[in-house]
Amino acid sequence: MNGLLEFTLWVAAGSFLAGLLGSLTGLGGGVIIVPLLTLVFHVDIRYAIGASLVSVIATSSGAAAAYLKEGFSNIRVGMLLEVATTIGALCGAYLATRIPTPAIATIFGLVLLYSAWDSAKHDTQVPIQQRSDPLAARLRLDGAYPARDAGLQQYHVRRVPLGFGLMYVAGTLSGLLGIGSGAVKVLAMDRAMSIPFKVSTTTSNFMIGVTAAASAGIYLHRGYIDPGLAMPVMLGVLGGALLGARILPEAEVRTLRVLFSVAIAAVAVEMIFKGAQGNL
Amino acid sequence: MTTPRHGWSEKRLESVIGMVLRVGVILAATIVLLGGVLYLVQYGAVEPDYRLFRGEASDLRSMHAIFGDAALGHSRGLIQLGLLLLIVTPVARVAFSVAAYIAERDWIYAAITLFVLAILWYSLTSA
Repeated sequence: MNGLLEFTLWVAAGSFLAGLLGSLTGLGGGVIIVPLLTLVFHVDIRYAIGASLVSVIATSSGAAAAYLKEGFSNIRVGMLLEVATTIGALCGAYLATRIPTPAIATIFGLVLLYSAWDSAKHDTQVPIQQRSDPLAARLRLDGAYPARDAGLQQYHVRRVPLGFGLMYVAGTLSGLLGIGSGAVKVLAMDRAMSIPFKVSTTTSNFMIGVTAAASAGIYLHRGYIDPGLAMPVMLGVLGGALLGARILPEAEVRTLRVLFSVAIAAVAVEMIFKGAQGNL
Repeated sequence: MTTPRHGWSEKRLESVIGMVLRVGVILAATIVLLGGVLYLVQYGAVEPDYRLFRGEASDLRSMHAIFGDAALGHSRGLIQLGLLLLIVTPVARVAFSVAAYIAERDWIYAAITLFVLAILWYSLTSA
């Protein structure tokens, strides 16, 4: 790679593609951008994590503005669970300096494998809960979302403590790896708390910006966020994600999702191996 | 989401939050783009090197120093200012929520969001 101009344009183009694929497959830009920067552009994983975190905040905030209009996001659930994700994010950011880089690469690979698997399968719908949970009722977490045919569909939220605990894990992974960890957030809401899938994904996105901001402040002080690198990454991922959100309603994503999951799984294995050899 | 008693203000909170996020991202991206163009004009021919981690210079690490650097028109400082604005955008969203819940006299959620705001503030200001 010769010259900063050429390098920047390539990184911007790669980030654009990562943002586009991340939004079409639901994986998010962060889990794609870190392997792209480390494996393809040979960037130190710490700079990659810093740049990724910033791009995660941009896409999450940009998309949340649009989702809020549609009325799917449950902001009470989001605000409550942000307590867990931000505490987790602080822990993750502190762990990042204590865990050796090869171990971080390995954990990243494992999270990537889980995300790929999750993206390839997720079609099953958790049935709507009829019963109300006392804690959820006290916190007024139950909500309703606009259903395709029948006006507002009511739903009940369950197992708040379990969801809260899983959100702490999601926050820690986000702070440690510089990703949005949307897959774990959706797992906590959709599987553990019985929140409808579309509500889970939009609320997860709503929370990602705040979660990432909690660790981004620490990474900034630590000098992990390089403006020259974060600039093309943030602008590229944001542009790609915006385009992805625009074409998503018409796109046939099922095949893309499966193909891309296989590719991501291969990348995950490479990260684990390279990380183990100390080549990242 | 929309219980009868809080329906109206909850909807309004959603639209205010949406606007804060939209304005923050657009403003941040514009500043980053401006700084980026300036940066490439100045340093476009330099050899990039991100293989080795050195960490940023101290003038690109703290809020106060970034403001000073950007005010001097340094391109890297300007990009960093845009990135800082981006990081602050979700913080502003939480701050607006605290104010809205207090106005609604919803003390549980006012306390919850205030706690999150404190964590975010700690992260931004502790070095």
